[in-house]
Amino acid sequence: MTNHWIDIGNSDCILIMGSNAAENHPISFKWVTKAREEHGAKLISVDPRFTRTSSKADFYTALRSGTDIAFLGGMINYILSQKKYFQEYVLEYTNASLIVGDKYSFKDGLFSGFDPKAKKYDQSTWAFAMDDKGVPKRDLTLKNPRCVFNLLKQHYSRYQPELVSKITGTPVADLKKVYEMYATTGAKDKAGTIMYAMGWTQHTVGVQNIRAMSIAQLLLGNMGIAGGGVNALRGESNVQGSTDQALLFHILPGYLGTPNSKLGSLQIYNEKSTPKSADPLSANWWQNKPKYVVSFLKSMFMDAATKDNDFGYDWMPKLDPGKSYSWLDIFDAMYQGKFTGFFSWGQNPACSGANSTKTRAALAKLDWLVTVNLFDNETASFWKGGGVDPKQVKTEVFFLPCAAFMEKEGSLTNSGRWAQWRYKAQEPQGQSRPDGDIMVELFKEIRELYKSEGGPLPEPILNLYWDYGKDGKFDAHLVAKAINGYYTQDVTVKDKTYKKGELVASFAMLQADGSTSSGNWIYCNSYTEQGNNMARRDKSDASGIGLYPKWSWCWPVNRRILYNRASVDLKGQPWNPNRTVVKFTGEVKDGKYATSKWEGDVPDGGWFPMMNPDGSRRDDSKYPFIMQTHGFGALFGPGRNDGPFPEHYEPIECPVEKNLMSKQLTNPVAATYATDQDIYKTCDPRFPFVATTYRVTEHWQTGVLTRWLPWLLEAEPQLFVEMSQQLAKLKGIKNGEKVLVESPRGSVEAVAIVTLRFQPFKIGGNEIHEVGLPWHYGWIWPADGGDSANLLTPAAGDPNTRIPETKAFMVNVRKKGA
Amino acid sequence: MAGKSFLIDTSRCTACRGCQIACKNWNQNGVEPTKNVGSHQNPPDLSGSTFKLVRFSEHMGKDNKPVWLFFADQCRHCLEPPCKDVIEGYADDGVVQDEATGAVVYLPGSSKAPFDEVRQSCPYNIPRQAADGRLVKCTMCIDRVSNGLIPACVKTCPTGAMNFGDRDAMLALGKERLAKVQKMYPKAQLLDAEQVRTIFLVTADPKLYHEFAVAGLAPGISRKLALRKLFRPARELAAKVKVG
Repeated sequence: MTNHWIDIGNSDCILIMGSNAAENHPISFKWVTKAREEHGAKLISVDPRFTRTSSKADFYTALRSGTDIAFLGGMINYILSQKKYFQEYVLEYTNASLIVGDKYSFKDGLFSGFDPKAKKYDQSTWAFAMDDKGVPKRDLTLKNPRCVFNLLKQHYSRYQPELVSKITGTPVADLKKVYEMYATTGAKDKAGTIMYAMGWTQHTVGVQNIRAMSIAQLLLGNMGIAGGGVNALRGESNVQGSTDQALLFHILPGYLGTPNSKLGSLQIYNEKSTPKSADPLSANWWQNKPKYVVSFLKSMFMDAATKDNDFGYDWMPKLDPGKSYSWLDIFDAMYQGKFTGFFSWGQNPACSGANSTKTRAALAKLDWLVTVNLFDNETASFWKGGGVDPKQVKTEVFFLPCAAFMEKEGSLTNSGRWAQWRYKAQEPQGQSRPDGDIMVELFKEIRELYKSEGGPLPEPILNLYWDYGKDGKFDAHLVAKAINGYYTQDVTVKDKTYKKGELVASFAMLQADGSTSSGNWIYCNSYTEQGNNMARRDKSDASGIGLYPKWSWCWPVNRRILYNRASVDLKGQPWNPNRTVVKFTGEVKDGKYATSKWEGDVPDGGWFPMMNPDGSRRDDSKYPFIMQTHGFGALFGPGRNDGPFPEHYEPIECPVEKNLMSKQLTNPVAATYATDQDIYKTCDPRFPFVATTYRVTEHWQTGVLTRWLPWLLEAEPQLFVEMSQQLAKLKGIKNGEKVLVESPRGSVEAVAIVTLRFQPFKIGGNEIHEVGLPWHYGWIWPADGGDSANLLTPAAGDPNTRIPETKAFMVNVRKKGA
Repeated sequence: MAGKSFLIDTSRCTACRGCQIACKNWNQNGVEPTKNVGSHQNPPDLSGSTFKLVRFSEHMGKDNKPVWLFFADQCRHCLEPPCKDVIEGYADDGVVQDEATGAVVYLPGSSKAPFDEVRQSCPYNIPRQAADGRLVKCTMCIDRVSNGLIPACVKTCPTGAMNFGDRDAMLALGKERLAKVQKMYPKAQLLDAEQVRTIFLVTADPKLYHEFAVAGLAPGISRKLALRKLFRPARELAAKVKVG
């Protein structure tokens, strides 16, 4: 979330699309309800299925799964053609006025620079045109046909409501209604927010779904303001934390790119990966990256990391250039027998991964598998699952019981980026142990083996800083402090001396010379000499907009709303004085700001405003989008792997032969796999129905925790498949009877819920049916609960993130025995 | 006795079922071996181990858009509870109506009363029988409320659908909410507010929510008798309340 949960209550129009917040983030509806009741905010629900969220909406409409960009492209077109955008904001704060270079083009569904053999784009063809100083050229009159604004208009002029409707199946009148309702937030004093979740991300165009909405939000001036933003409702209570701490292959903690083997030294890595801007008005915050990288390396190796050894850069694992190591790739490699051992820690891939049929087969290729979990699960017991002969499985499986979340201390980072400290409620039960204790012992043993027996590349193991526990017990405070960072030597800045071992107060103090450590620069300030900020529980709030700055701690530097300097005009005064996020209150002398002072939230940089009260521009200010190289909100986004503008492509499996937007049926750079388990079918009469997966309130992920909780299981006891009355009639299916759902990859048995809440779509003159299933179940328990819906889903991934396309694929549904 | 009341504002209910589970948790009620029978409503009905149940019902509304209604069903804690009269006819130690709150609470002696007759007497079809023969239902969390806490279902509700407090305050809140909700839902109404302590605010015809959403919708002679008793003239009721 650029904003946070409470801030939803500040919104004037809440679009919930790609999410079913009422069911999957029930507490969020406290704030949705508040916004509606206290100032008449409108709630719009767009979902293939009428959900509990939809039941509360002022307006509901449906779209076929996988057509969100068509829907949103139509919205962008509406905002532009009806002039609903926030002119001043767009001109000053977005890259609308930047001129795109001559090499950029878009034709027949493909952007310039496409290499069909490599299935890759040459992104350099999307570069901005630069002046002789290396600053992007701008046309503030927006007349240049090559400026972003006009290219945007041109691109989305193709997204006419009638055409969009033929793709999405949404009636034209409904499209217009949503566009009209949402576009009212283009007014200066109105805020619109988007609440999205896996319904947008789990597609082969997942990143571009979010980009499309980001464009709409920038056009309407909704970024940086209270009640606005682009808000991802994360799928687990700490998934934001796990992303921040880089539980992903392509980044180091704090969103620093993982080095690849071509970047042979720290200097080369820094040169290649640190963005440069020649524009004095661009903060280009990432120019500080080398400080964060060195501080991170210091936290990894501490005293062993020196300037002479590149702070241990050589000891960090390197990626093969251009190679992906995501979840889908790991299980693809496992299935092909390319590695032999696997830790399945706090997860249940046999049910959670796309194409679980393939995942389960892959587990049997391992020599050993260690599962760390609370309860038995389909991964730990894969060797005795359906169709598996235990005698034929060579994999040796270990099960380590671990403590539950309330049995250990630590932090959770919620969707709103708040790191909240949590206390231990009780001791772990039986032989179970906290994950941290298991890890401390495991690492100690591994290091002992390296010491006594040696092994390949011993340096990272032997030199790793590991002062995270006492007497074999993990200490969450020591880890939290290391994440914040220390001074590694006495440092004097101006008149103040910081002693070695002191906690660093903020990432502004981090250095690239090895004098500071920080396990994650964006968490620097979370645990300082003043104490553990994450444990704060002060409910005071002077902001009037629910910032609660002394409750827990929020990255970065406790800034509750990102890009908040876009919430003010050029003179630093709020667009909407009734919902002030930040406000410049420096002294004025002769029409010029003379002293600097911001009030409200922690501003996104404390520079002077762009303009003085007398209307003169300041040259010591910075554009508000400080994480962007050029300082502007990105309408044109040349950094993505699949194009600078979101474009509608059909899902890898879809019910149509043609993409009505272009000749390109699917995302040309989507990730697909080629094993015998990776079968994808489009317009195959054997799999005629669109399917999607989702969750219910009562279960958590694959249900490893909730299927064992009788009260929750009682409320949602079995796998179900929801379908329209029309489809049920077509297939002779009665409500409540068991049916088979089959995809090209697998099949599950599910109870049919025949409902008014699914309606067939009119797609290009044809009636298209869609069904939906939750993925919380598994064969281990309960006995008649059904199995994972991921047995059906395809392992096809977004080209930027490799997130799998589990929200739109093709199936058949039939009566058992039919 | 003004006592306490619930206001259940269905316009805010998202059927997260936090109340249903919190009720089971506080009462340490067991589970039933349920199956999905083509609905999300589960358990299918109130039972000896289910005192609070979110009922789901869907209908086609205008413009071919569905309407999905949620009804967090529970005992209404009638001001003049017919079930109490029936149980008292069979046992002195079967039921009490708490003086301070007005909560109608069944006691172990309730097992002496014939279950069918007690159930038939209730205009809302609430009483159920536990495995050991006791009659059971929502207790208004009398053990929590008498210790200064609010009922478990109210405590857990994230949206403000479940409200609890002094009866006057709940009646006032009900009127205030109704006025607001009627702007969007002209058919919105409070159900039997003058007769019960669990007051539902609904946004549509109560029959669309649940057969027993309001009193007097179901047939049956003994229920008719019960209703006659329940809806005795207001004058008489007021007099009784004063005495009580």
